[in-house]
Amino acid sequence: MFRLILRRLAVSVAVLWLVSLLVFVATLLLPGDPARAILGQQATPERIAALNEQLGLDAPVWQRYLDWLGGVLTGDLGTSAASQGPVTELLGGRIGASLVLLVGAAVISTAGGLALGTWSALRRGRAVDHTVSGISLVVAALPEFVIGVALIVVLSTTVLPVFPSVTLAPPGEPVWSQPIQLVLPILTLTLVVTPYITRMMRATMSEVLDSGYVEMARLKGLPERVVITRHAVPHAIGPVAQVIAIQLAWLAGGVVVVEFLFRYPGIGQALIDAVNNRDVAVVQAITLLIAGVYIVVNLIADIVGIMTNPKLRAEVSR
Amino acid sequence: MTATTTQPTLLRRALALPQAKIGLALTTVVVGVAVLGPWVGPWLTGHDTTGFAGKPFQSGGIAGTDGLGRDVFTRFLSGGLTLLIYAVLATALGLVLGAALGMFAGYSGGRLDSLIMRGSDVLLSFPQLVFALLAIAMIGPEGWLLVLVIGITHAPRVARVARQSTVAVKDADFIRAARMYAMPRRRILLREVLPNITGPLMVELGLRLTYSIGYVASLSFLGLGIQPPTADWGLMINENRIALVVEPWGVVLPVLAIAVLTVGTNLITDSLASAAARTSNAGTSHSAKEASA
Amino acid sequence: MTATTTVTHTLVARNLRVDTVTGQPVLKGVSYEIAPGEVLALVGESGSGKTTAGLAALGHFRRGLVHTGGDVSVQSGDAAPVSVLDAGERERRALRGSTVAYIPQDPAASLNPALRIGRQIDEVLETHGYGASAAERSARVGEVLAEVGLPDDEAYRRRYPHELSGGQQQRVGIAMAFACRPSVVVLDEPTTGLDVTTQTLVLRTVAALTTEHDTAALYITHDLAVVATIAHRVAVLRRGEVVECGSAEEVLRAPSHAYTRELVTAVPHLDGTGVTAASAPGTHAVASASDGDAPAAGACAGAGGSTPASSGIPEHTPALSVSGLSVSYGDHRVLRDVSLDVRAGECLMLLGESGSGKTTLSQCVAGLGEPHTGTVSLAGAPLAASTQRRTAEQLRSVQYVFQSPYSSLNPRKTIAQSVELPLRTLTDLDVTARRARVAETLERVRLDPALAQRLPDELSGGQRQRAAIARALVTTPEVLLCDEVTSALDVSVQATIVDLLCELRRDLGTAMLFVTHNIALARHVADRIAVLRGGEVVESGTVDEVLDSPSHEYTRELLANTPRM
Repeated sequence: MFRLILRRLAVSVAVLWLVSLLVFVATLLLPGDPARAILGQQATPERIAALNEQLGLDAPVWQRYLDWLGGVLTGDLGTSAASQGPVTELLGGRIGASLVLLVGAAVISTAGGLALGTWSALRRGRAVDHTVSGISLVVAALPEFVIGVALIVVLSTTVLPVFPSVTLAPPGEPVWSQPIQLVLPILTLTLVVTPYITRMMRATMSEVLDSGYVEMARLKGLPERVVITRHAVPHAIGPVAQVIAIQLAWLAGGVVVVEFLFRYPGIGQALIDAVNNRDVAVVQAITLLIAGVYIVVNLIADIVGIMTNPKLRAEVSR
Repeated sequence: MTATTTQPTLLRRALALPQAKIGLALTTVVVGVAVLGPWVGPWLTGHDTTGFAGKPFQSGGIAGTDGLGRDVFTRFLSGGLTLLIYAVLATALGLVLGAALGMFAGYSGGRLDSLIMRGSDVLLSFPQLVFALLAIAMIGPEGWLLVLVIGITHAPRVARVARQSTVAVKDADFIRAARMYAMPRRRILLREVLPNITGPLMVELGLRLTYSIGYVASLSFLGLGIQPPTADWGLMINENRIALVVEPWGVVLPVLAIAVLTVGTNLITDSLASAAARTSNAGTSHSAKEASA
Repeated sequence: MTATTTVTHTLVARNLRVDTVTGQPVLKGVSYEIAPGEVLALVGESGSGKTTAGLAALGHFRRGLVHTGGDVSVQSGDAAPVSVLDAGERERRALRGSTVAYIPQDPAASLNPALRIGRQIDEVLETHGYGASAAERSARVGEVLAEVGLPDDEAYRRRYPHELSGGQQQRVGIAMAFACRPSVVVLDEPTTGLDVTTQTLVLRTVAALTTEHDTAALYITHDLAVVATIAHRVAVLRRGEVVECGSAEEVLRAPSHAYTRELVTAVPHLDGTGVTAASAPGTHAVASASDGDAPAAGACAGAGGSTPASSGIPEHTPALSVSGLSVSYGDHRVLRDVSLDVRAGECLMLLGESGSGKTTLSQCVAGLGEPHTGTVSLAGAPLAASTQRRTAEQLRSVQYVFQSPYSSLNPRKTIAQSVELPLRTLTDLDVTARRARVAETLERVRLDPALAQRLPDELSGGQRQRAAIARALVTTPEVLLCDEVTSALDVSVQATIVDLLCELRRDLGTAMLFVTHNIALARHVADRIAVLRGGEVVESGTVDEVLDSPSHEYTRELLANTPRM
């Protein structure tokens, strides 16, 4: 088992490295003179030369990559062209703010999705099942901003104006100092992801409930509670963990839109600003960060999959 | 070949399901608006999409004006076509690219398979929107780039499905028979494998179309997709959301249109998935003797 | 109904009716009763509803099925009979596993892969309050494991199902069923998928346990030979109705219903002519080899393989010759130095159980296998290992009929398209000639021309296998490989396919390599037998030689363990 996990770990490191290569190569796509593109047509030649040097653009490509990668590995993400400050400083507080959204939405949607999916699977073909399936089908289709705008319309402006539609805390103050402003962003993200987890859990549980060993457990006379908890649920965990991982990555994308919509001071908002400002170092840092989170979450899901599968787990004893 | 058979096609069986009928109705309405709107709009309202129609955020007409005093309803009618074209092109690109790669990887197996799949793992490490933003940051919000980047990020996701379905059929005896009949690989893939994985691929088509619409609209909403002064639903939501309380139509109309469209395509996708699942169940019920008896 | 015993019955089903949710009847009033210590075989082909009838004894109906009438009652010891179907949820749960136990068809799917086997057996005891303490229960787990012939030590109990062989898994299933000393056990095809030696072991275990504990057993099967070995009484189920019921002796020797006669006749016999012919003359017509118009499953292998020399190959050159064939997967040697010859018009049976390497061998001949050493030659000319390097003429000459007709035909192509395919790629016939050849071949395999334009899904298993045979014959091959072609089919269909293959071989003079695990088919299809075990040919010779005076221990064991009627 440990060899399997180690191999999986090695794959993750390799993918992460290729991701860094891709993120770096993207900068080569900057049209013509990157410094001029960043600074605009009115920039003086001195400023352009200074920026070129600052960005290290006069060095050969591979050396620039190694310099950049070395920086990333030692925690130096470069300098923001827009703010002229180090990228790490710019992102520091924002990572925490985004994590609050991500973790909040992840916890609620995972718990909610698993419960709803199991409940639905146990009542297959009944009204409850059809209702849950129907609603999740509709909500799953909606892009993040549509859900967000709908929530603002209903809960912030017209019908029940109870939650703020924009982030209230002044810059510098932690976002969780006013928890009420977290409600709508977290709710939006939760609504985006829950339908998928629900549907997947329902499908996996249905399959497990139709399996020979669940039928056998029932024919052995085991109480339904034991059948579900001991014979059904453990087999659904592995496959569902994978889906949850993919959905959490989806959250990382959704958080960009949601932060923009609610003017929330996280890395998503920073990414949009950076794209608008052609702030290459910040764009690189944030995309790399998000990809890194995805790879780690996926790795954890795969390890959960390995641990819950006795065939793979048993390899350690051989 | 005239294959006269009593079996209805997957599409026909899917469209017989209730969710497909609802989905088709919803989709048709929005696509109708998007396609006819740009021609009907000016004739109907007497305004064009960029012309001045009144004071900023002023009521009047059918849906009032936007922040630049342009007629919201005219812009709404014109705002779906570009979105739709981009979404369809991106979906087509992603599906063709992904299906080709996935089938090739799945059928070949071995090193080629791992190379293609590891390569797609790298792309899969980025949420699609974030990858699109990375490309837009470097090149700018160009229409072709939106299509390209959304299509390319669909490809590995489609490839996974295509590969999995291909692996499931490639060792079937009828494929081995085709190999014994000296059929070239390309023809085996096109004639023997492809017809047997159309179910999952059609589900992917629906799914990717739904997502493409969402991504193009989201990027426009972020101000990084379709650019002003083009009328576009995503962009309109961005432009008008400051006046949500005073003049809600500028936001509500495009949000409704996008919502109805994506729900419609997703319902059709779901009907395809149910129909495909029933087919594969019918196929396996013979081997699982007595499963239903 | 001929059951006239006066013993109090332990399990009684009365007029049991089950429909699908869409209203299709599955059981149309099924009745049976079983006395303590008695084994009732419920015999039926796929779709007869036998599993449904068995599961009803536990008050269980699979999803999509509804109980619409009739009753099942169970009596335990001296207590009054309890109705399983009228019982409440809790009461029924108390019966399941303790009074009525179930042994499933596929132990690999029915054992929870994530729980240790000891735990899974203990679970039944724990649920039904068997034994006062964990120690007592543990002792009982050891006891039942020993009873079914498995090790009862702690290390064995801590194994997971995937660490056991198929036969061991099935014995764990039996141990689980007998753990609470039930009054009734329902066995659903418990030996399907096991090789004959393991099957014998499992059958003996079941017989011993039911006798010893006076358990009433409902044994569900499609295999009449197994019925003859284990059952006291037989009920024949067809399309949801019991068409005949009586003692095993009566039903198997002198079946009264036409369907039962058809089933009994269809069973292949080791002696090739049917052992029952002598004891019950006139009940079924089994023709001898020389009759020419052999009915279903009648033996057709000519003595010495004398067939019209319709192919131009001289008698002394084998049509197919394999010599010194070896295949290895890593360190594992699947085939070791295998040699065999098949002459034109002759049928060689390649006999082997799972893991013997028989499929690998036939795939090497077909060119679908892994790289190998040794040679495969066609009429004296060596063949390349892979289909890609064989000529169209060579590919045309060697054809393959696959095991399962459910996967060997492209579900998206009509039967005519599938049958035409080899002609398109391997011959230069034009469209008209191809169409004519397809029609002619379909007629030869006796497939209704109306089915030619259908998709495989719309055909029955037997019809599909005919289509697959037509595809293999359409190029008029010199060598036909048949890989377990009957094992996915019902007995009655199996007989007609065997019959068809014999007739085609006789008429066309094709050399046939018939790969199978079922030695009982030998006299029905083959002239010679090669017995494959662990990748080696341990014995070969004419059918009479091998069956009448087997020289190798393994062949003797196989023959001894093959159930006979």
